[in-house]
Amino acid sequence: MPRIRKVRRLSTRDKIVLTAMVAVPTLIELIFVWLPTLFSIGLSLTRWNGLDLSDIHPAGMANYQYVAQDYPPFWPAVQHNILWLVFLGVVATPLGLLLAVLLDQRIRGSRIYQSIFFAPVMLSLALVGVIWQLFYQRDHGLLNFLLGTAGTPAAVDWFGDSKVNIWAALIAATWRHSGYVMLLYLAGLKGVDPTLKEAAAIDGANAYQTFFRVVFPAMRPINIVIVVITIIESLRAFDIVYVINRGTNGLELISALVIQNLVGEGQVIGVGSALATILLVISLVPIIFYLTRTFGKEAKEQ
Amino acid sequence: MDTHSSRSSFSPSRTLPSMDRRTLLKTLGVGAVGLASVPILSGCTGGSGPAGGSGKSMTFGSSASDDVPKRAYQAVVDAFQKKESATVTVNTVSHNDFQNKINSYLEGSPDDAFTWFAGYRMQYYAGKGLLAPIDDVWQQIGANYSDALKKASTGPDGKMYFVPNYNYPWGFFYRKSFWAEKGYTVPTTFDELKSLAAKMKGDGIIPIGFADKDGWPAMGTFDYINMRLNGYQFHVDLCAHKESWNQPKVQAVFDTWKALLPYQDPGALGQTWQDAAQFLGQKKTGMYLLGSFVTQQFTDKTVLDDIDFFPFPAIAVEGQDAIEAPIDGLLLSKKGGQNQVAKDFLQYVGTPDAQNVYYSIDNSNIATAKGADTSKFTPLNKKCADAIANAKHISQFFDRDALPAMANNVMIPALQSFIKDGTVDIKNLESQAASLYAAQ
Repeated sequence: MPRIRKVRRLSTRDKIVLTAMVAVPTLIELIFVWLPTLFSIGLSLTRWNGLDLSDIHPAGMANYQYVAQDYPPFWPAVQHNILWLVFLGVVATPLGLLLAVLLDQRIRGSRIYQSIFFAPVMLSLALVGVIWQLFYQRDHGLLNFLLGTAGTPAAVDWFGDSKVNIWAALIAATWRHSGYVMLLYLAGLKGVDPTLKEAAAIDGANAYQTFFRVVFPAMRPINIVIVVITIIESLRAFDIVYVINRGTNGLELISALVIQNLVGEGQVIGVGSALATILLVISLVPIIFYLTRTFGKEAKEQ
Repeated sequence: MDTHSSRSSFSPSRTLPSMDRRTLLKTLGVGAVGLASVPILSGCTGGSGPAGGSGKSMTFGSSASDDVPKRAYQAVVDAFQKKESATVTVNTVSHNDFQNKINSYLEGSPDDAFTWFAGYRMQYYAGKGLLAPIDDVWQQIGANYSDALKKASTGPDGKMYFVPNYNYPWGFFYRKSFWAEKGYTVPTTFDELKSLAAKMKGDGIIPIGFADKDGWPAMGTFDYINMRLNGYQFHVDLCAHKESWNQPKVQAVFDTWKALLPYQDPGALGQTWQDAAQFLGQKKTGMYLLGSFVTQQFTDKTVLDDIDFFPFPAIAVEGQDAIEAPIDGLLLSKKGGQNQVAKDFLQYVGTPDAQNVYYSIDNSNIATAKGADTSKFTPLNKKCADAIANAKHISQFFDRDALPAMANNVMIPALQSFIKDGTVDIKNLESQAASLYAAQ
C-alpha cells in the first residue's frame, strides 16, 4: 500500500502570503495604535516640558490628581460628554432611524432627500462653523431674526451664553449625527428580507407592529453598530465645540481638553496624556461590549 | 434572526461588523490616543534649511506669515543682503504653527535667526540653553534702545538674547469726535474712569468695549489692574510664579476689577475683539481697552483718523509708569550663535535704518530703535510711541510673561468664569500654577 502522504493544504507561497497578510496589519496596528497608546499612558505618569528627553521626571499619579481635583474644566467636561451621549441616544439616533424609515418608503425624490440629510456628514469643519455662525449669531443670525430679537438687548447670545451654548452645539451635532445614522439604517433596511414583512402582513400585523416586532429586531447587527457609533461619537465629540469657541465657556468636552493640553501653546504633556488615558479607558467600555457581543456569539455558534 | 444568518464566516452579516470593529479601533486609537504621540513624533521632525556657516549665508525662520509683515521682513532681508552682500534664506511658517511647534523647532534643527517675543517665553528657552547670547551684538546696538527695552531683552543669566524690532502698546482707544460731542474727558485715575463709565452708562452707551470669546483679551485688563495695584515687578514675579496666586494682593486685583465689570460689555463672552472694535467704530461703546492693532479694523479713513489713545489710569502705585507693550523681535538659535552673518543680521535689525525699512511697509506697529524716522508716523502712532518711550517699565502681556500653559489652560477659563459671575477661586489658581510650573 502506498504511504498516504499528508495533504499539503498550503503551499510555501500561500504561507508567505498569509504571514504577510497577518503581519503587516498587526505591525501597522502596533506602530500607529498601540505604541502611541502605551507611550501616552507612560507619559501620563510623568512631568515633561516636551524639550529634552532627560527632562522627563516621574510624577506618579500627580497628573490624575491634578485633573480630578484642581482642573476646573474637567468635571464640567465629563458632564457635557454624558449629556452629549444622552442627547445623541435619545434625540439624534432615533431621528436618524425615523428619517431612514421615511425615506425607505419609495417616496418621490427619496435620493434627493437622502443627499440633503447626509450632506452635513461630508462637510468640512470650517464650513460647519460658518453655517452655524450664520444661524446662531447674536446680532445678524437667522435664529434671532426669526425670533424677532436680533439687534435688541433681548437677543440670546447662542454661542456666548454658557447656559444655552451647549444646547446650540447639541443641535448642530444632531444635524450631523442623524444623517450618518440614517445612512446606516437605510442600508440595514435594504438588507431586511422582504418576505419577513410579507409574512408579518399575512399574519395581520399593522405597520407599527411589523416595524418594531419584525423589521427592527431583524436589523440587530446594524443596531449594535449604531449603539457603538453613538457612544463613540459622544466621546469623540470635538469639532463642533472647537469651531465655536475651542471648547471653553460652557462647551468643555474631554476631547477638547486633550487637545488644549497636548497640542499647541498650552502644552502640558503629562496632564494631556492623563486626559487622553482617561478618555481611552472610558472608550474601552463600549468597545469591549461590542467585541464580546460579536465574538462571544460567534464562539457560541461554533 | 440567527436562523436566517449563514454560519459561513464570509457572509455579509459577519464581515460588516468585523470591518467596523477595525475602523472603530483605529478611529479611537488615532482620535484619542494618537494625539498623545504628536509631541513624540513631531520631536523627530526637525526644521529645515541648509546649515549656514560656510560663505556669507544664513537662514532666517519667520513667523510673519501675513502679507504685510511678510513683505516688511522681506524688505529688511533684501536691504541686509545688499548691504553685506550675504545670502539669507527665509523660511516663513504660519504664525500659529510656528508658535505651536516652537519646542520641537528649537530641539530639532532651527534656523540661525528666528522671530520671537520678549518676556518669559524668551527667558524660558534662554534658560534651557536653546538660544545663543548676543552680548557682542548689544555692544554695537545698545545705544539704540531705552533701558526698559534693554531689560526686556535680557535673559535669566543677565546676558543679552533678544533684538527688539517693533512693539505696540495696550491702552484705551476711543473716538475723539464722539467724546467731544458728549463732553467726556480722559480719566487719569481709576475713580475718574469709574465716574466717566457711570456717566456713559447714564447716556445709554456701553462704557467699555469688551470681548473675550477667544479668552486672551481679558488678560489685558487683569495685567493693568495688577500692575497699577501691585506694581510692575509683582506682575513679572506673579507671571513667573515667584509670587503665590493665593494671597490678598491677587484677590485685590479681582475685587478692583469687579467694580469695573458692570461697565464692560456684557456680551463679551460671545464676541471677538474684531466685533468689539466695530462697536467702538459705530459709537456703540465709549472706549475699548486693547492693543493698538485694534486700528487694523477701521478701514474707513474718517473713523481711523478719529481714533485716539490714553494709557490705563493710575490706581495705587507707580502711577502710569508701566505700559503693556508686547515686543516682537529676533533671536539666535544655539546653532546661529556660531554664524557671524546671523549676528550681523541681528545687529542690522537693531538699527534705526533697518526699522525704517520695516516701517515703510508695516506701519501698524512702532519701531523700537531710537532715531527711527518718526516723521511719517500718524498722530496716533506718535502718541503710542511717546507712551512707550515715557514708560519706566514695559510688560509683555500675560500670555508672553507667563508660562503658556498657565495662560491658556488656567487663566482663560478662570477669567471667563470671572466675567460670567464675578467670582474667582485664587486658591485653585495657586494649586494649578504650582502643578504646571513644576512640570517645567
